[in-house]
Amino acid sequence: MVGNFIGVLFDGVAYGSLLFVISIGLSVTMGLMNFVNLAHGAFAMVGGYACALLMTRAGMPFLATLPVAFVVAAVAGIALERTLYQRLYKATHLDQVMFTIGVVFMAVAATTWVFGPSQQPVRLPEFLRGQVKVAGVGFGAYRLFLVAVVAAITVALHLTMTRTRFGAQVRAAVDNPVAAAGLGIDVNRVFGVTFALGSGLAGLGGALGIDVLGLEPTFPLKYMVYFLLVVAIGGAGTIKGGLVAAMILGICDVAGKYYVPQIGSFIIYFLMVALMIAFPAGLYGRRS
Amino acid sequence: MNERIHPTRRRVLQGLAGAAALNALPLRAQAGEPLKIGLILPMTGPFASTGKQVSAACRLYVQRNGDTVAGRKVDLIVKDDAGVPDTTKRIAQELVVQDKVHVLAGFGLTPLALATAPVATEAKVPMIVMVAATAIIPTRSPFIVRSGFTLPQVTGPVADWAAKNKIRRVYTMVTDYGPGLDAEKAFHARFKAAGGEIVESVRTPLANPDFGPFVQKVKDKAPDALFVFVPSGQGLAVMKQFEERGLRQAGIRMIGTGDVTDDDLLESMGPPAVGVITSFHYSAAHDSPENKAYVDAFGKANGGLRPNFHSVGGYDGMHLIYEAVKKTGGKGSGEELVNAMKGMSWTSPRGPVTIDPTARDVVQTVYLREVKMVGGKPWNVEFDKFDNVKPQEG
Repeated sequence: MVGNFIGVLFDGVAYGSLLFVISIGLSVTMGLMNFVNLAHGAFAMVGGYACALLMTRAGMPFLATLPVAFVVAAVAGIALERTLYQRLYKATHLDQVMFTIGVVFMAVAATTWVFGPSQQPVRLPEFLRGQVKVAGVGFGAYRLFLVAVVAAITVALHLTMTRTRFGAQVRAAVDNPVAAAGLGIDVNRVFGVTFALGSGLAGLGGALGIDVLGLEPTFPLKYMVYFLLVVAIGGAGTIKGGLVAAMILGICDVAGKYYVPQIGSFIIYFLMVALMIAFPAGLYGRRS
Repeated sequence: MNERIHPTRRRVLQGLAGAAALNALPLRAQAGEPLKIGLILPMTGPFASTGKQVSAACRLYVQRNGDTVAGRKVDLIVKDDAGVPDTTKRIAQELVVQDKVHVLAGFGLTPLALATAPVATEAKVPMIVMVAATAIIPTRSPFIVRSGFTLPQVTGPVADWAAKNKIRRVYTMVTDYGPGLDAEKAFHARFKAAGGEIVESVRTPLANPDFGPFVQKVKDKAPDALFVFVPSGQGLAVMKQFEERGLRQAGIRMIGTGDVTDDDLLESMGPPAVGVITSFHYSAAHDSPENKAYVDAFGKANGGLRPNFHSVGGYDGMHLIYEAVKKTGGKGSGEELVNAMKGMSWTSPRGPVTIDPTARDVVQTVYLREVKMVGGKPWNVEFDKFDNVKPQEG
């Protein structure tokens, strides 16, 4: 019984880690510019396809494709940000939502057109397959890897945000963009870099997630709700909030499906309603 | 989203011009009204692979059998419903009212077929269900004829096989919609009748991101085997979890209907799928000259793609339409076409097939298969068969 519970908890943490990597960029950019970007999942998909295609068509090893997935998604992110998104920062939320959902549909249609509608297969390297037994409880090797990668990313992000000049600029811009600009911080540039970083992380998450979430053209629509939940529950603009929210969602989703499969897929929505009533601005929200 | 196929239009036109010039008069037969077939399929969305397989098979049928039947030019109108029932129904109405189609066909999921049944009844247009596999579908309209299969039909044999092969305790996992419930009911009934025990049964949501927790629970319950039904397209995700969580090493076998080892995905599954036992009506590895020719032609026309069970439903659906039009001399009304289809028998790539005249449903051979590596690739290799299985048998 206890073994089962630890197993479920571990799977939940692994799932939550994945949600965190993909959603964190969305959370920070939403907090920074108050911009509603429903197309965030499309960047995750870009990273996923970069990884899958490099493996199947160019024969690159899985681990080597991960940095490429990050870069490709980051470049795609910054290109779109500079050409299109930037024009809509001052627009109403409705305009932003209409625009970004349009981007999602275009991404879905374009991906289907170019790569076909099927799931992209990914064969993980041998050492990431199967299970590792610790004290009688089996842990998926790939999920262990996932948790480790995300833990490293989280630490790196935390250090960047708290210890570097750039981090200070981001925090200042989130807290009060007007005052930050007045102090000579180029908020526009900070936002551009943050957007690229967030898109890159989403791309990395998309690549890491192929084995767990699958990868086909409707990916950005299928998981949009999960990414938005992380931001809504965690509160926009915080890394800590995103992390806690992603873990809660991951663990509750997995535990719900394991223990009460009849209603398993609804659990996270109950949870969302309850948490939103208790914390309207999110667990660590800076803005309501 | 709207394609019309005239693969040999130019040639036919040239032929016509030539014939007219020579004053030879095959014109009367050629001048028949075009035969419009409205093919509604999920071409985008999570079930797009089904749409791709079926539309490719229908095109292949036209390519191999000519685009004219009983003097009528075949006009295949492919529409995408993205797997949404309301859309399927709306498209069917448009096809009937605006395009004046003579036959509706396709229907990638049970809810899509059920939503469209009233349209077929009202318009008196034959509705060929090529994919959707819940048993009750043909009862919803006298104009429905099914060319695919039913879940109760293909579930029984694997239940019997399990009971005879030292599998006593089975955990069942099915997708929570019509065909899944059919499969669950049929498996439970047959397996219990043969003395087996159902440890537990779980129903997974149709739009399901992660099978991990469900599969983990199966492992913790340690049954002799896991029986799986998932719609075409989801088998890969189940197989991944089955492998990653080491169910095979824990001595749990996977059995199921052939949906889980779908030929469309089997190559992507690779070696972990080896040893899975399923019962089903079609395998791309079926050993017959008809099937060899079919698999070759299908692969050639689609960049090496392997045809799956849904494709054969589409191919045979086209055969039904062609034969019914021929039988009625190219002049049949909707009702006459349906009557012509009743009781029809032919040899399909899957083997012998008959349309039951009262149920308007397919009677066919169901095979037991095991996934084996042949020539470096996994295939569903048939090892036993049951002839003339009725659509409602479970």
